[in-house]
Amino acid sequence: MSHPKRAEVFTRDTERTTWHDETLWFVRQKRDKAVYAVPEFQELRELASQIKTHTLSRLADYLEQFEAQAKANGVHVHWAANAEEHNAIVLDIIRQEKASSIVKSKSMLTEECHLNPYLLRHGVEIVDTDLGERIVQLRQESPSHLVLPAIHLKKEDVGATFFKHLGTAEGEVDPQVLTEAARQHLRARFLTAEVAISGVNFAIAETGSIVVCTNEGNADLAVNLARVHIASMGIEKLIPRLSDLSVFTRLLARSATGQPATTYTSHFSRPAAGKELHIILVDNGRTQQLGRPDFRASLKCIRCGACMNTCPVYRRSGGHSYDFTVPGPIGAILSPNIDMRQHASLPFASTLCGSCTDVCPVKIDIHTQLYKWRQVIAAADEIPASKKWSMRLLSRVLARPGMYELGGKFARVGLRFVPHALTHAPGYNPWAIARELPEPPPQSFREWFKQTNPKP
Amino acid sequence: MKVALFIPCYVDQFYPQVGIATYQLLHKLGIQAEFPQKQTCCGQPMANSGCEQDAVPVYHHFVDTFQGYDYVVAPAGSCVYHVRKHFNIIEQTPAVQHVREATYDLIDFITTILGVTEIPGVFPHKVGLHLSCHGQRGLHQANESEMTPVRDGHLRRLLKSLDGIELTELDRNDECCGFGGTFCVSEAAISARMGQDRVQDHLRNGTRVLTGGDMSCLMHLEGIVRRQKLPMRVMHAAEILNGTIL
Repeated sequence: MSHPKRAEVFTRDTERTTWHDETLWFVRQKRDKAVYAVPEFQELRELASQIKTHTLSRLADYLEQFEAQAKANGVHVHWAANAEEHNAIVLDIIRQEKASSIVKSKSMLTEECHLNPYLLRHGVEIVDTDLGERIVQLRQESPSHLVLPAIHLKKEDVGATFFKHLGTAEGEVDPQVLTEAARQHLRARFLTAEVAISGVNFAIAETGSIVVCTNEGNADLAVNLARVHIASMGIEKLIPRLSDLSVFTRLLARSATGQPATTYTSHFSRPAAGKELHIILVDNGRTQQLGRPDFRASLKCIRCGACMNTCPVYRRSGGHSYDFTVPGPIGAILSPNIDMRQHASLPFASTLCGSCTDVCPVKIDIHTQLYKWRQVIAAADEIPASKKWSMRLLSRVLARPGMYELGGKFARVGLRFVPHALTHAPGYNPWAIARELPEPPPQSFREWFKQTNPKP
Repeated sequence: MKVALFIPCYVDQFYPQVGIATYQLLHKLGIQAEFPQKQTCCGQPMANSGCEQDAVPVYHHFVDTFQGYDYVVAPAGSCVYHVRKHFNIIEQTPAVQHVREATYDLIDFITTILGVTEIPGVFPHKVGLHLSCHGQRGLHQANESEMTPVRDGHLRRLLKSLDGIELTELDRNDECCGFGGTFCVSEAAISARMGQDRVQDHLRNGTRVLTGGDMSCLMHLEGIVRRQKLPMRVMHAAEILNGTIL
């Protein structure tokens, strides 16, 4: 199913669409307030963009530097070319540890690799400990947002889910009661976990350490209690120096939620005595994207979700309408790299308004890349045939003034004499589902001009 | 100063009054604009649909039509943005470079080239200004809420200079209306919903005349206003400005 079809289904619930739009707009406004309060915010964006661009231009060198430093710190470093390799490495570590209780804190990379279903198929159950992630996991859904995985759900939905899975009272919708239930449920899992998996927000080449930014503290609790910590990271998470980090920590939370910083910014450099720290460096299509000059800047993304909160399409179509791990504008420029045919409609799920580009803390030219993906997708013949042929015809007409003038006249005259019910039939004219067509004037501008300014 | 009018295809066919207002407004400001009859379109509909290559003959036709003028002025920021930003895929001959640089949105032309910052006239109505994304974020005609809380811009200032006018303070000053070219039919549900939300913001805050500098967004919004039979008139800013100057 394409994005417009899934989006149409989402918008059928008018009230829920309003609620979803307003909830995310509220987050966008929080972001605005935080951004306005930092006079040098635009300089920070530029600096962050340059640091990331530089890092990507020497990615191989920085990765090797990172690996050497991490190994020197006593960290096990693994390399995974794709999702399968990543998942196999994780399973291998779990089996070596003979672990049966595994917890995970928020990691979009493990979502991208479909780690949970993979482990389940191999008899290993894994519990997500981020509250939003746990909610969607219980519902067997995927996150609908990078930072707010359960933002598509109302408290009533969460109440029903917890009633079914966690034994809360039927009809319980009090957020505090529901959160407390999740807290008690997760506490038991934290205490027994033998292996804890986390994502990575930043990896520092200079020190070989990783940084995890969370608000709930679940990552810290999980990895400090378990004997083995597995941190999965995409290879684009790298920054060169520890001193570069502050640029990003100042941008990340402000852009994501409007907070000055995430509640927890945890640095992991080496395993504690008697414990293990594994870092898995995952490619999974990233070097391919790095090889596309028009699209490589998409790898600068720090997964703040600001482009989703600001996107007028995302807010009204919901994260699941993108049917890709990373939804929204950034997902629409990352997904065609993974499977262009499957995700062909995503770069078209935008008005190219450019707001995504303007909020992006690392200045990814998102809307320009959306435009460029459209060209690539059409050239590969992955747009609907009707669109392809109508555009070809339109081009013929618009390159020939005589044909254009005649065509325009036909359209206007036609609209005046064909009955409204026909010109506005929703089955034939998607414009007319919610809109009237312009009222056709008797005279075009050019006809008026000729009449008013007769050539001598 | 040799100035050509570029009246985008949909304005030419469906909103001739906007072209007329543009022509007359420029005339009142001392510019006798010409209208090269062989003009058609900037090619954006094809390019935004991914068919940029199909648009190449249209780009060449555009350059061929307008290369002999000092300025090309259009009452549509989106078309201007397209010429300036996306005519980069054809060979950059001096003519192409000249046309890309010489193509101006009407409001930009009035304020930056003609240096007009005030329009003498009276317009005693509650007016809602729709900021079009390509004009605002693409051509930097107005401040962006992503950057600053200050709501300012060329057209806002021009309108404010009219006596008796009251500008609507919107809840969301610069959210996209959802037109988006072929997006309006390929993503019809979202496009309609975005347009309805935009119109509601205006309605809620008292707009009686909805205006803007780009007729494409206004065509979409007008379609919604008329379908919902709302007490709101949709006018291009050129119509307001032209109507107030005697």
